[in-house]
Amino acid sequence: MGLAACGGGGDDSGASKTVRVTLANHVWTENIKAALPEFEKQTGLKVEITQLGEDQLSDQYNVKLNAGSSDLDVMMYRPLQEGKLFAKNKYLADLSDQVKSNKDWDYSDFQPSPVEATTYEDKPVGVPIITEQEVLYYRKDLLAKAGLSAPPKTLDELKAAAAKIKASVPGTAGFVARTGKSPAVTQFSSFLYSFGGDFVDGSGKATVNSDAAKQAYAFYGGLIKDSGPANVSTDMSWPEAMAIFTQGKAAFYTEANSLYKNATDPAKSKVSDTVGFAPFPAGPAGSKPYNIPSWALGVNDASKNKSNAWKFIEWATGKEQTLAQQKAGVPGARTSVWANPEGTANYPKDLVEAIAASTKDGVAHDRPVVVKVGQARELVGQPIVDAITGKDAAAAADTANEAFQKFLDDEAK
Amino acid sequence: MATVTTTRRAPGGAGVMPDTPGWARWANDHRKWLFAAPAMIFVAALIVIPLGWTAWLSLTDAEGSVRAESEFVGFQNYLDVLSDTDRFWPAVGRTAAFTVVALLFEVVLGMAVALLLWRPFKGQKWVRVAILMPLVATPVAVGMMWRLIFDPNIGLANQVLGWFGIGPQPWLAGQHSALPTTIFIDVWQWTPMVVLILLAGLTSLSDEPQEAARIDGASTWQRFRHVTLPLLMPTVIVAILLRGIDALKTFDILYATKGRGGGSFHEVETLNVYAYGLSFDYNEYGVSSTVLILFFLIIIGAMWALTARRKGARR
Repeated sequence: MGLAACGGGGDDSGASKTVRVTLANHVWTENIKAALPEFEKQTGLKVEITQLGEDQLSDQYNVKLNAGSSDLDVMMYRPLQEGKLFAKNKYLADLSDQVKSNKDWDYSDFQPSPVEATTYEDKPVGVPIITEQEVLYYRKDLLAKAGLSAPPKTLDELKAAAAKIKASVPGTAGFVARTGKSPAVTQFSSFLYSFGGDFVDGSGKATVNSDAAKQAYAFYGGLIKDSGPANVSTDMSWPEAMAIFTQGKAAFYTEANSLYKNATDPAKSKVSDTVGFAPFPAGPAGSKPYNIPSWALGVNDASKNKSNAWKFIEWATGKEQTLAQQKAGVPGARTSVWANPEGTANYPKDLVEAIAASTKDGVAHDRPVVVKVGQARELVGQPIVDAITGKDAAAAADTANEAFQKFLDDEAK
Repeated sequence: MATVTTTRRAPGGAGVMPDTPGWARWANDHRKWLFAAPAMIFVAALIVIPLGWTAWLSLTDAEGSVRAESEFVGFQNYLDVLSDTDRFWPAVGRTAAFTVVALLFEVVLGMAVALLLWRPFKGQKWVRVAILMPLVATPVAVGMMWRLIFDPNIGLANQVLGWFGIGPQPWLAGQHSALPTTIFIDVWQWTPMVVLILLAGLTSLSDEPQEAARIDGASTWQRFRHVTLPLLMPTVIVAILLRGIDALKTFDILYATKGRGGGSFHEVETLNVYAYGLSFDYNEYGVSSTVLILFFLIIIGAMWALTARRKGARR
């Protein structure tokens, strides 16, 4: 233990000058690490960062929080993946008082849907730091080669354009996207919504075998099967799909906007100068991509250093840091930063337009909002891989719906 | 030394020198326990307690939090798991298939390589170093490397096949080719270990039987079949035991190449991968513990069978 801090919050008997922060491997983390000295100078606190890959981070939390460990103060977590589980297990501290404590920090500045996702039983338990919307990545040169002047505006146009490019440009796929059962669910969700479906209906019943859902499964799977890369694997998450796109092997790619730098950075992408962005193409129900907070910061409820932990969060999510992050390519959750021309100046112009369109009609979740998200994703993701491998998507959706309903019933018990 | 002998002759402390303090006498009497104590505490802390805890968890419906209460459910988890033909039994089958096939290739290949390296030749040192290379790499890194090589679209493997006019193969991506591909990776990484063990065994064999057989006019194959192999059998069994245990519990290669659930169709989901998924993806700590306990029993059973065979071979 370091020095005991004088004063501070009431229950901070074990307060330490060292704040232990666990972060995921992310651009956001790299940026915040670079800015840390400034915070340490301002507050006299020391920040100790543990940085892990997404899955390792998640496993680490499961093990440590489960054991009631107090050696984590600030946690970077995924509100839609683990938020409900962590809040239900009381791993996340209630931040109701903290978010109101500082007028300048201004909690009301955060976009409503990310705030909704970091709130549990009407209590804020996290602060969103990174938002994501699904957009269409495309190759301008391949579009021109196929005689198309503009990116597709509807899913039907996307399908036709992808097929045309695959047929006319040898060795190039028309379309690529995630294919892994669980990883694909989030990016498939925008297809589902745009066909008019959702994972559950208003009364909490499973609806992954609705007509709209069946069409969406068949469409997504069919698009990859017919216009996707040859020998497509059913394990692709974004690193694999992004690699195919950035190696110049695909014309269209639907993915989270937060990953755009992988495609536009010449060091990572062979196609950096020909990449374009467009809003998610409209389906029968319009263009309905997700608009979600992919990461948030929370405080470990077992931490003995809560007031210093909050100081870190307050700084890291303040207007200044959010603007700096957004300028460095991390889409934030603050309305004021999006309204600030400086906040969007560094983004490709077409990407800003695509994001604006997505935030307008966006859906606040990109996966079933449940406690055991991992299991739910596998259930609702099964028809995706079945459709990709040429099996009957409608039959798979019926089977999945039955299993998913049973899962929901179990969870409601 | 003298004191030790004395005590041994007179247990109960009667023969110990009169000026020895009480605790020393006690320590002297119980020395075999005292010396073993650190090791026993270590074993208890790191093996027995976790195992007991897992056994306890397997009887509850624990769902991933000490604060969310879990209920005692008796043997319900065992009934559920043992009647699960969807995930559990296929995972048992895959575990067995993976272990047996990988082991078979590793022992046969390992034997062949060890025989080649047995007799000294020029540059032997370098060949030995080269063969040991895969051993020193972390399995996760190995898995990631092969995952890149075997990528169906941008991987090296299909490019190489292309030079010879062979069409691209799905490798890890294919529903039916994934398990054989992971076995290949395991063989690639672990054959050197078998080579190492067998080579040690071979170099310790005496030359006389070989000489005698040669004089009697036995062919190379006959000498291997009837002289070398029987003499080497104890070493072979040690290699099978060590590699068998390792192959049974393979996790990193499978997880690094196919990810959660052993791929979208659970193509390479072995018991380990399944148990991991149950706890970390599904938060079903109770069921996961049940699977692990059953797995533990399977391993104990397999090892018992193998060691019984080993004793048989010795006789």
